[in-house]
Amino acid sequence: MTLSERRIVSQRLYDRPNDSWTIDGALAAGAYESLRTVLAAGNPADVQAQVAASGLRGRGGANFSTGQKWSFLPAGSYPRYLVVNGDEGEPSTFKDRMLVERDPHQLLEGIIISAYAIECNLAFVYLRGEFALGYDRLTRAITDARAKGFLGKNVLGSGFDIDIVVHRGAGAYICGEETALIESLEGERGMPRLKPPFPAIEGLYAKPTVVNNVETLSTVPHIMRMGGEEYAKIGVNKSTGTRLVALSGHVNKPGNYEVEFGCTFRDIIFGLGEGIRDGNELKFFLPGGASFQWLVNIDEHLDAIYDIDFVQQNLGTTLGSGAIMVFDETTDPLAVAWRLAKFYAHESCGKCTPCREGTGWIEKVLYRMANGLGRKQDFDLLIDVGSGISPNVATAPFTQTTLCPLGPSVVSPIASLDKYFRAEIMARIEAGL
Amino acid sequence: MFSEANLTKAKAIVAQYPRPKSAILPLAHLAQDQDGWLTEDAMAEIAELVGETPAIVQGTCSFYTMFKRRPCGKLLVSVCTNVTCLVLGGPEVLDHLETLYTGDPDITIEEVECLAACAGAPALQVNYEFHEHMTPAIAEDVVDGYKRGTVRARTISGSLQ
Repeated sequence: MTLSERRIVSQRLYDRPNDSWTIDGALAAGAYESLRTVLAAGNPADVQAQVAASGLRGRGGANFSTGQKWSFLPAGSYPRYLVVNGDEGEPSTFKDRMLVERDPHQLLEGIIISAYAIECNLAFVYLRGEFALGYDRLTRAITDARAKGFLGKNVLGSGFDIDIVVHRGAGAYICGEETALIESLEGERGMPRLKPPFPAIEGLYAKPTVVNNVETLSTVPHIMRMGGEEYAKIGVNKSTGTRLVALSGHVNKPGNYEVEFGCTFRDIIFGLGEGIRDGNELKFFLPGGASFQWLVNIDEHLDAIYDIDFVQQNLGTTLGSGAIMVFDETTDPLAVAWRLAKFYAHESCGKCTPCREGTGWIEKVLYRMANGLGRKQDFDLLIDVGSGISPNVATAPFTQTTLCPLGPSVVSPIASLDKYFRAEIMARIEAGL
Repeated sequence: MFSEANLTKAKAIVAQYPRPKSAILPLAHLAQDQDGWLTEDAMAEIAELVGETPAIVQGTCSFYTMFKRRPCGKLLVSVCTNVTCLVLGGPEVLDHLETLYTGDPDITIEEVECLAACAGAPALQVNYEFHEHMTPAIAEDVVDGYKRGTVRARTISGSLQ
């Protein structure tokens, strides 16, 4: 059976391809109707309850329950801040950029409803600095929404005040990590904080703060429209709803596809993606962005259920940011591992020694291995350095000696090479290739 | 120094935040847009506006790759070579543009990390405007269009001008 998309957060993009980002286009497609209903009902606690009942899990990469995250806010402690993570920098992930550029009003509606639910009057969107068009459209959307009374003082006569500030990043992947993002928003270098305290207790300006991803918040108006329980019926097990899958690499039809949880990788890569280009064979794929372990061309992996917990428990990797990167038989896995290591070495903030030093050394060793200068002991050397960042390597990036998961992410490719390509690589080193 | 109009903008930006220090990044973008790069003088002025020392502002700004702390060309061409672009020809685009434009004072070519345009890989940006499905020849045309002024570029920090 061929898989088709199940469009919820991306529907409006298809309904109104030429003006989904404008206020008129968005309104014609039903934007802000959930907001009207929510404000008329006047019950913030019910919004929280609906989101909890929906089973919505963060779409940024950690897949943590959104309802639970909100519930950690300490009672009676104000002001509270809602911070939107739009710093999408995970290699091969390009869904938030699409949502910001092409449906900013959906995001704004999600922010306003969520801020209302958690009793917050000032929200920040931390938008990746490179997203110039997204910034134009989002700031324009804010101006237009304000003119219509959807944000500002006394929203739609409800007595609720909300302001939204768009804050541009400036080219630092680490600022996608929520505590680094908060540091950056405070005018600091983007270096992660030691947790606890978690942002819900002490976040922005040491106040209770919720940090949610763009896609997560874009889903909220739909949850309120459908009702939490209805939304929870979509998907599979504890992976409820839909997910924007950013499919790229050697597939015939790369792009963003909104799928219902419960399909398989095969459905996505060979169904929606229409298989591997040039009639080539699939060699391996990265199932959730660049930071997690790879999967290969075997039935066990291709037919695995697209379910957050199933993948994590059975395949030792995760659906992460929702990006799937596909590589065919012509790809040198060492070259891919090296380029990822180069990325992490460049983006390491330098706070934790194992990551600051380890990413650089791993990049150098992988470079010589990928360029015919590998030594017999290099594989073990990689594993040794890697275990200094993510003890036991094989469990990377789920164990760490660092404050945040950036360091362990550089170990994921090493664990993957070890698991699937060790013999191939050792033979190459022997042959001096 | 900020122009009078930009100074007004800068003060409005500072006022958006509960704490002035939060305005360092947006003010650095504003200064870079005006001057073409982020000068020491600009950072000192930003420090004054947010009530911090110039060293604090430099400390923050030096962390972020979008802030250019030495003069760069009017056109900043950012070529992605991260993995999807790597296997689909990004490095070849980068090599070609570097060969063509190294030494051209108007154009700065830089290698960057994933731009979130992987469905259109290989991708690049010119002053933060996206261009996808690049080949060395198409990329040359794109940059040439900006250079000749047939395509209007954004500012060096990506704002519309």
